[in-house]
Amino acid sequence: MITTDDSHHLGKLADSNSYWDPINIDGEDPRELLDQLRLMVLIRCAEERIGEGFGKGVIRCPCHLVIGQEVPAVGLASRIQKGDKVFGAHRSHAHYLALGGDLRKLLAEVLGRDTGCSKGMGGSMHLIALEQGLYGTVPIVGATIPIAAGAALAAKLDKSDSVVVSFLGDGATEEGVFHETLNFASNFQLPVVFVIENNLFASHLHMSLRQPFDSTCRFAQAHGVSWQRVDGNDLVAMKRASSLAVCQARAGAGPQLIEAVTYRWRGHVGDREDQDVGVARKEGLESWKKRDPIQRLALALETSGRLDEGMLQDMRKKSQTVVAEAWEQARLDPFPAAEALLDRVYFK
Amino acid sequence: MTNYGTAIRDGFVYLLANHPEVFTIGQGLWSPWYVGNSMTNLDKEFGKERVIDTPVSELACTGAALGAALAGKRPIVIHPRVDFALLAIDQIVNQAAKWCHMFGGQVSVPLTIRAIVNRGGEQGAQHSQSLYSWFAHIPGLRVILPATASDARDLLVASVLGRDPVLYIDDRWLYEQEEELAPIQILDLRREGPRQTSKGEDITLVGASYASLLCKKADQELRRNHGVTCDVFDLRVINPLNCETIVESVQRTGRLLVVDCDWSSCGLAAEVIAQVAECVEPAVLRCRPARVTLPDAPAPTSSALESAYYPKMTTVVERAMSLLKKV
Ligand SMILES: Cc1ncc(C[n+]2csc(CCOP(=O)(O)OP(=O)(O)O)c2C)c(N)n1
Ligand SMILES: [Mg+2]
Repeated sequence: MITTDDSHHLGKLADSNSYWDPINIDGEDPRELLDQLRLMVLIRCAEERIGEGFGKGVIRCPCHLVIGQEVPAVGLASRIQKGDKVFGAHRSHAHYLALGGDLRKLLAEVLGRDTGCSKGMGGSMHLIALEQGLYGTVPIVGATIPIAAGAALAAKLDKSDSVVVSFLGDGATEEGVFHETLNFASNFQLPVVFVIENNLFASHLHMSLRQPFDSTCRFAQAHGVSWQRVDGNDLVAMKRASSLAVCQARAGAGPQLIEAVTYRWRGHVGDREDQDVGVARKEGLESWKKRDPIQRLALALETSGRLDEGMLQDMRKKSQTVVAEAWEQARLDPFPAAEALLDRVYFK
Repeated sequence: MTNYGTAIRDGFVYLLANHPEVFTIGQGLWSPWYVGNSMTNLDKEFGKERVIDTPVSELACTGAALGAALAGKRPIVIHPRVDFALLAIDQIVNQAAKWCHMFGGQVSVPLTIRAIVNRGGEQGAQHSQSLYSWFAHIPGLRVILPATASDARDLLVASVLGRDPVLYIDDRWLYEQEEELAPIQILDLRREGPRQTSKGEDITLVGASYASLLCKKADQELRRNHGVTCDVFDLRVINPLNCETIVESVQRTGRLLVVDCDWSSCGLAAEVIAQVAECVEPAVLRCRPARVTLPDAPAPTSSALESAYYPKMTTVVERAMSLLKKV
C-alpha cells in the first residue's frame, strides 16, 4: 500500500476553478504591495513586448515567457538582501527583472545586441545580472540546482550569512541531479532555498503524465528539507513563505524548499496561447486566467481603498512607455563585433 | 521524393511494424516540435506503449533502455538535442559501450541512441552542439552520421537491427534534403563505412552529416565555376572509422580537405587526417592536408555572430581553391 500525505498532493491548488478571489493582504504594508504590483505589471508588459517581437520574428532566440507566473520571482526577490545569490533556468526573465536587472539590457540581449546583459552571447535563455545577485540562468534543465548548492557551500565555508536561491520548474525535479542536490544540501545543511515554480507542465506534458503525484514537496520531505507550498499566484503568500525560508536558511537551519503553484499563459516557448510546442493546448486557460496574480492583488488593494481602476490603468500605461522606450533604444544598439566570437571564450 | 525527416520516420515505421521487440522512448515523442517531422503521429499509429514520451530524465531513460535491450528488446532512445544526451553520458559511455567487452563478449546490446543536432536559430551554447568525435572516441559504441535521406532511413534500421550499441546522430539542417527512395535495404553496420559520392582528379573532400552536404555543394560549384574536380566522401560511420578508400583517393589527388561542422581540437577531421597521414608517403601529398571546422568557441546566440560561426559551402570552396593555389 502506498501511503501518502499532504507533501504529495496539490489538492485544490491544482484546480483552475479555485483561488480566483482577491488575495488576503491583511497586515501587509500597502505601499510595498503597490511597488510590487508595479513591478509585476512591468514584467508583464516587458514579456508582452518580447512576445510581440518574437511573433514578428524581430527576436529570433527562443523565448520562454513568464506571463501569468510573475509572483514567485517578485515575492522571493523582495525577501533577499545584498550578497545573496540567485540562479535560474530557461524561463527567467521575471527573475532578472524582479531582482532589478536592467530592462534595456534584457531587451538588448533577446535582440542579440552587444549591449545585452550577456553581451549578445546568450539570448533569452542565458541571463546574468551580477550586481543584482543574479548569477546565471541556463536552459539545460536542472543544471543550476547543484550550482546554487555549491554557491551556498561557499557561503557556509566563508561563514558569511548569505543565502542562495535556486529557481526551477516542476520538470526539473525529474532530473537526477535535483535529488542528489537535495540530499547533498541537507547533508551539509547548506543555506540554499529551492523555489519550484510548479506550473504543472514541462513543455507539452502535464504533470499527470510525468509523475505519480502532482506535488514536488514530497522530495523535500524525503530528504529532510523544510518545505512550504503556496498559491504561486498570491504575492502575499509567496512573500511570507520566502521570508520564512530565507530567514531559516540564513540562520543556519539548512536548505529550504518552496513550491509555488502557478500556471503559464503562453506556450512553452514563444508567444502563442493556443499552441504548446506544436500541440494544441487542451487545458482551460480561461479559468487559469481568473487566477491572474496581478488582478487578484489589484482587487485586494482596491477593496482596501489603496488603488482604483484608474491607477492600475496608469501603471500599465507607464510600464508600456518604459518598455517601449527601452525597446527602441535596444533596437538601435550594435550587434557584437566578429571578434567577440573568440574574445570571450576564456576570461580576460 | 522523400525528405530526410520523413525518411527517418519511414525507418521507424518499418521497425515498429515488423519488429515487435522494437520500442522508442524519449522526450517530445508526442509533440511534433522536438523531433521535427521525423516521428509524426507514430504514437497514434503504434500506440503510446511503444512510442513513449517521458519525464525530463535523460539518464534514467537511457539506462532503462539499456536494461530493456539486455532483456531482449530493441529500444531506440531519443534525445532531441545532442546537448541533452550529455546528461545520460554514464549510461552511454561507461555502461552500454563497455557491456559486451567487460563481460567477455557474451552479451549483445541492441540499443540505439538517437541524438539530434539542432542548432542555429540563436539557441546558443547549450543547444547547438554536435560532439560527434567525443562519442567516436569510445570503443564499443558505433557512431552513425547519416547525410542523406536513404541513409537516414536505412542506417537507422541497420542500427536497430544490429547487435551493438549505436549512437545515431541526425541533423535538423538536413531534414529538407530530398531523394527518390529505393525500397528499404537491410544493411549490416559492420560492413558499412565511408561512401564515395563523386569522382574527380584534383582534391579529396571528406565530410559527414551536414558537412557532407557542404562538400557536395562545394564540389558542384568547383566543377561548374572553377574547373576543379573532386573526389568526395561521405563518412557515414565514424566509429569504427575506416579510411581505406579515402587513403586510396589521396594517393591519386595528393590533396585532402576535411570538412567538419564541429570543433577542430581532437576532432573528427583530425582523425581522418591522421589516418591518411599514417598511410600515405609524404611525397604523395601535393599540399598540407587541411580542415574546415567551427571556430574554437561555443555557439553564440546573436545571429550577427551565428552567420560567421558556421562553415558554408563558400568556406569549403575558398579553402579548396587555396589548397589548389588558385587564389
Ligand atoms: C537536460 C534538458 N532536457 C530537456 C530539455 C528541453 N526542455 C527545455 S525546458 C523543458 C521543460 C522544463 O519544464 P519545467 O522545469 O517545469 O519548467 P517550465 O518550462 O515549466 O518553466 C524541457 C524538457 C532541456 N532544455 N534540457
Ligand atoms: Mg513546469
